[in-house]
Amino acid sequence: MTDLAATDPLPKPKRDLAPILLPVALALLMIPLIGSTSSWLTLTVASLAMGMMIFIMASGLTLVFGLMDVLNFGHGAFIAVGAYVATLVLAPFAASIQADSLWTNLAVLAPAALLSMAVSGALGLVVERVLILPVYGQHLKQILMTTGGLIVAEQTLYALWGPQIIPMPLPASLRGSFIIGDVAIAKYRVLAMLIGLGVFIAIQLVLNRTKLGLLIRAGVESREMVEALGYRIRRLFLGVFMTGSALAGLGGVMWALYREQVHASMSDDLTVLIFIVVIIGGLGSIGGCFIGAILVAMVANYGGFLVPKLALVSNILLMVAILMWRPRGLYAVTSR
Amino acid sequence: MTDLLELSGVHTHIGRYHILQGIDLAVPQGQVTMLLGRNGAGKTTTLRTIMGLWQASRGEITLAGERIESLATPDIARRGVGYVPESMAVFSDLTVKENLVLAARDAPLDDKQLDWIFGFFPALRRFWLSRAGSLSGGQKQMLSIARAIVEPRKLLLIDEPTKGLAPAIVMALIECLKEIKRKGATILLVEQNFFAARELGDNVLVMDNGTIVHRGEMAALAADVPLQERLLGLSLEAHQ
Repeated sequence: MTDLAATDPLPKPKRDLAPILLPVALALLMIPLIGSTSSWLTLTVASLAMGMMIFIMASGLTLVFGLMDVLNFGHGAFIAVGAYVATLVLAPFAASIQADSLWTNLAVLAPAALLSMAVSGALGLVVERVLILPVYGQHLKQILMTTGGLIVAEQTLYALWGPQIIPMPLPASLRGSFIIGDVAIAKYRVLAMLIGLGVFIAIQLVLNRTKLGLLIRAGVESREMVEALGYRIRRLFLGVFMTGSALAGLGGVMWALYREQVHASMSDDLTVLIFIVVIIGGLGSIGGCFIGAILVAMVANYGGFLVPKLALVSNILLMVAILMWRPRGLYAVTSR
Repeated sequence: MTDLLELSGVHTHIGRYHILQGIDLAVPQGQVTMLLGRNGAGKTTTLRTIMGLWQASRGEITLAGERIESLATPDIARRGVGYVPESMAVFSDLTVKENLVLAARDAPLDDKQLDWIFGFFPALRRFWLSRAGSLSGGQKQMLSIARAIVEPRKLLLIDEPTKGLAPAIVMALIECLKEIKRKGATILLVEQNFFAARELGDNVLVMDNGTIVHRGEMAALAADVPLQERLLGLSLEAHQ
């Protein structure tokens, strides 16, 4: 009945470790090039923290790409809106933010982040219904609609908050660094790494341990077949889009705190990095997105330190190199 | 014998192409109806139109007395229609188990049903936790069929299950489909393998240029070589 003998040993699932080893190899390769261990460690931690923030912002976009085949060039709007909403919450509580107590700081910061996620997620609902629903399956129109949406969102933020940069100081307890020997590791970067890792683990648990996650993974591969099994994937699309928007909002808050400032076009530079991460990770792949984000951040930090003149193009070069190695990204999920 | 599925004057356009040009057919309850025809005759389009994957531009599709031509694909599936596409469309990133967990839409996987499926397709038990993408073509086809029968379905639409498979796997599939048939399933089966068609079919429909050009009993077509040559351009005997 089958081409396999009953006594054959069960094949072990093959794990594709090469992409996982890539950032490790890159970090190790940089040790002799950078020279100073403390500088290397500082740059590596900075890369991991930046990578985690980019991952949080990119994770929703990669699922939207993979599952819905939607080119959302307006993803940056959710980032900026998230950051602006946080300023609204944090401004009245400036004293609590500047209090030298971690719990007092977090008691303000956490609701601000949650509200930012809620508002960005709700904006995602509106964008999906109004801008994207009429242009499903039409990539050119998706680009035009979402780019237009981004411009409208940015101009609305300018109109409401003005063109000036709004300061967003780090909470007092997250300023400064942990000193280990002669290495200084910024406290906020550690927090960013922990949050990023938490988001990654949460997404992986949902995708791999729940039926909802199975549906999302299956939908990334074949929407049609998921529907033919009797599942209404439109609702799933909307849920994923809103979740992706909410995560972008969270990323916006974290990035604003990292830079300690907010402005309407804060996502412009980030959007390029996010798209590079989504492409090199493999459309729809959360694991690829995670590794891609770390790689992008590493190349930006190490490259900026070693060859500052190459900083602007270093990530483009990274993308070219990865796509020459794996044309559909580090972990190809879809056939696109 | 009542008809479970009926198509009446069904037309389907894909872009500017007029593929189905007034299909009338009936699939009797509890029988296997073969849908034969040359490549490009419209067989796959017929199955996809029934499944709602392509919208019928005109005509009526009735399942167990209920009109379904304007329903969305998930709603048609939820009325008890299982679909095995020509491309198999297994979820390659998911394990065999996860593919079947998704297919068991209404309840957890039933152990008895699984044992019954494993009886035909032992490879699925062996590769239970392996990614479906790592399976061979035949094993993917087994998984695709298993997905359609992991829960009871009123009607199975199966598109060329033996295409490109080794003879031993084809025989296994035929045995499986015979067993499904013995259990009383109603099947509309597109097939190019005439041996399989003769083994499985109670009734036959032959399509050409988007219309049904012949309907009758499979045994009668199998016994009538001139008719086969006229309808299909070749004889069944030549393909055994």
